[in-house]
Amino acid sequence: MSTSVHVEVTVNGELRHADIEPRTLLVQWLRDELGLTGTHVGCDTSNCGACTVHLNGESVKGCTVLAVQADGQEVTTIEGLGSADALHPLQEGFWEKHGVQCGFCTPGMIMAAADLLERNPNPSDEEIRHGLEGNLCRCTGYHNIVEAVKAAAGARQEVGS
Amino acid sequence: MNVGTAMRRKEDPRMITGRGRYTEDIQLPGMLYAAIVRSTEGHAAISSIDVSAAKERPGVVAVFTGADLAGDFASGLAMAWAPPGVEINTPENMPLQPSQVKHVGDPVAVVVATTRGAAFDAAEDVMVDYDPKPVVVDPVAALADGAPLVWESFGSNKTHEWGVSGGDIDAALADADVTITKRFVNHRTSGAPIEPRCSIAEPRGDGMTLYSTTQIPHIARFILGGMLGIPEDKLRVVAPDVGGGFGAKLQVYAEEALVLALAKRLGRPVKWTETRSEHMTTSHHGRDQIIEVTLGAKSDGTVTGCKADIIADLGAYQLLLTPFIPTLGFPVMGGCYKFPAIDIKITGVFTNKMCTDAIRGAGRPEATYWIELSMDKLADELGMDRLELRRKNFPDKEEFPFETALGIVYDSGDYHGTLDKLLEMFDLDEFRREQEELRGKGVYRGVGVSTWVEVCGLAPSRAVGPQGVGLQAAFYESASVRVTPTGSAIVYSGTSPHGQGIDTSFAQIAGDILGIDPQNVTVLHGDTDQGAWGWNTYGSRSLAVGGEALVRAARKVQDKAKRICAALLEASPDDIELTDGKYQVKGSPDKSMTMAEISGAAHIPPNELPADIEPGLEESSFYDPENFVFPFGAHACVVDVDAETGKVKVVRYVAVDDCGRAINPMLIEGQIHGGIAHAIGQALYEQVVYDEDGQLVTGTFVDYALPTAAEIPPFETDRTETPSPVNSLGVKGVGEAGTIAATPAVAAAVLDALEPLGVTELDIPMTPMRVWQAIQAAGGNGGGRAGTAEGGGA
Repeated sequence: MSTSVHVEVTVNGELRHADIEPRTLLVQWLRDELGLTGTHVGCDTSNCGACTVHLNGESVKGCTVLAVQADGQEVTTIEGLGSADALHPLQEGFWEKHGVQCGFCTPGMIMAAADLLERNPNPSDEEIRHGLEGNLCRCTGYHNIVEAVKAAAGARQEVGS
Repeated sequence: MNVGTAMRRKEDPRMITGRGRYTEDIQLPGMLYAAIVRSTEGHAAISSIDVSAAKERPGVVAVFTGADLAGDFASGLAMAWAPPGVEINTPENMPLQPSQVKHVGDPVAVVVATTRGAAFDAAEDVMVDYDPKPVVVDPVAALADGAPLVWESFGSNKTHEWGVSGGDIDAALADADVTITKRFVNHRTSGAPIEPRCSIAEPRGDGMTLYSTTQIPHIARFILGGMLGIPEDKLRVVAPDVGGGFGAKLQVYAEEALVLALAKRLGRPVKWTETRSEHMTTSHHGRDQIIEVTLGAKSDGTVTGCKADIIADLGAYQLLLTPFIPTLGFPVMGGCYKFPAIDIKITGVFTNKMCTDAIRGAGRPEATYWIELSMDKLADELGMDRLELRRKNFPDKEEFPFETALGIVYDSGDYHGTLDKLLEMFDLDEFRREQEELRGKGVYRGVGVSTWVEVCGLAPSRAVGPQGVGLQAAFYESASVRVTPTGSAIVYSGTSPHGQGIDTSFAQIAGDILGIDPQNVTVLHGDTDQGAWGWNTYGSRSLAVGGEALVRAARKVQDKAKRICAALLEASPDDIELTDGKYQVKGSPDKSMTMAEISGAAHIPPNELPADIEPGLEESSFYDPENFVFPFGAHACVVDVDAETGKVKVVRYVAVDDCGRAINPMLIEGQIHGGIAHAIGQALYEQVVYDEDGQLVTGTFVDYALPTAAEIPPFETDRTETPSPVNSLGVKGVGEAGTIAATPAVAAAVLDALEPLGVTELDIPMTPMRVWQAIQAAGGNGGGRAGTAEGGGA
């Protein structure tokens, strides 16, 4: 069990080497070893989605992926999505539409929404609500999260056109 | 003016980029990890604990049992309520139970290791031998003669009885033309913030720092300092970014005391992080009351009196406010109505379950639920329109301040106003036509309307402190305002937010009073080493109490700024006015100074300041309110019920709320949205369930159904603004409003939808199984209570 495994993972564009215990969850590795604490843990059962990150551009729950499974692949966390100077349209949307209260679900929610918009650039309200049902929020009642995602979708289309 | 505008939040840039700093994010050099061994039994004596295998695990630093740590604590966990003349049975509750366990999850041992994984592995190797005892989980059964006793030493499962009354209830009910009696179950729920609890104790010199996911850092320091024998000046409690609370973090928990004791013993930082299953098992629960209500009225709808007999399941111990929570609902146990006589009796009960305590609304959602559904039933009994009955009993706005039969003074209100506005947004007549049409097509659509009032802004100390209701505390709030030499400001607040947006709303308030941009105001809180003593955040008090303290401190700064400005401009302080961010001499707009110039002069004066002006620019204030504040409103919910499956879908939700003057309307909407969603969860999905052996059935988010975005509708919200006369801002609280208002509206909507199917009674949560059972029972025998708590079905 204590045998470690070598992995090479590109995290937010930077190649990271590590020797890790095989049972280490991706989210634990990101948080505890790489200090990327924007990705959170809210449950033990893959229900809450607070740990959502991108693996090769698709959203995954970081508590349901072993870090060794990310070997040779690309991981993007909230820290790699945008920066304070160059916010991602979703980060702008969540700020502008008050999609954030305590902020704990926010990174996972944004990462899940980013994947949703990649797959469906112009989702309806229903599609947003169903698209985000793997991410729990206790603060906002989801209303402003839906508004934030809509705003981001609009902004992305403006940029695209 | 920044107050009144929907300024976007100052908190958000760090939250949306993953740079928030929550307790679990903190890593300290040499930090150890704790894992707790918890009872698997609902009730048992501990026969033996074998820690030898655990101690041999690699990475394990220490393993302790309750007996090992017995000398580390001067006392057990605290309960803060001592109502005059009422004895409350309060058992000792040590951070690790030394000899017996009273509910599943009771902590019995702790493992400390160099890694999280090692701690978890070793915790599984701790062998605890239990001698099981009879379990009681139903509060009514617990009160019956011969029931198994949770605490034999008390000789009864009854914890206490508390009552309040006003007016002559017997005469009032005798005088009624119509009376209704109805039984309600407010089932047990979980606060379930998405951030689990986490506590880290760090030795520093001869003292200790505790980082914790708490709503109450000052109260925690006071209590934990006493338990651990650490003087308050040596114990620093920090609440970093806190990922939601909802009351679940309004507690001083065993684990906080435990990490302090461990760090003290081991001389190294110790971190404990709650798993979600631990949250469901051992973070306090809420609600869990059974209420028998009698309401009487004259035939014209004038209510004559209201009587309620409440059984409150408190669980196995008394945590900080456990027995007080049902009582916290009493100030609004007449609802937003003129009930001339009110009589309330509350009986607390021990069961072999986790303690209940404050969860969003804390006593007031329970009360509002039974009041509103009782009003519906009374209207039906009278053959009167449900809203007409409400209007008949509303105090008119001219009647405020309105004193209830219980002697509570509602500060201000316009209950017809919010209901009028609701009906402008929601055409009830049109809805009834649509409903009729849909019923013809087999679609069961229903509407529920609740009109509500809340008591919040905790609290006037004289009303709820030792001489009042009996909390062993006071409830003023502190604020201090420091202007830096370059003219930015730091506000220290005694409140301790966890998502409310206080950094923003308090900056708006301070900015206006000081004459500086809110972007240049930083609001600090949640650190007992900064600022003055505070009573922290719960009971929708931050703005109404903490905000007013801030106003008073900021006005003192403004006064001093004016005096300095006057001295430097050779004018009278009375002639200095603050306009557009400039302190200027009345009538001479060319003679003015900015706050930056004034503060510069206060700190590094170009000339000596007059002898009566001290250097520096910093003031503080403590504010104890004269009264509570009473937000109110009217909500309408529309649901569709699938008669085949029993599934309920909320299809429309309209809310008109009045929380006094708006500081930031965007934050108000956000609080209302979240509150309504919480209440929809309570009405339709969420329930903490124990089986008859005291095993928790809903230990994860797989079983405890928190609503997702797919279950929650978009909200249509609006406000009226009736300022509170209690504080100079005119504000009331809003954090719990939605939760208080919405559960009865949702429940009434489901009952309305089910009316053509013959279902008249149904307890919350109205899960598909319960709804389906109720439909079957009604179809089978034309009525019945199959869908109720007694009829089974979680």
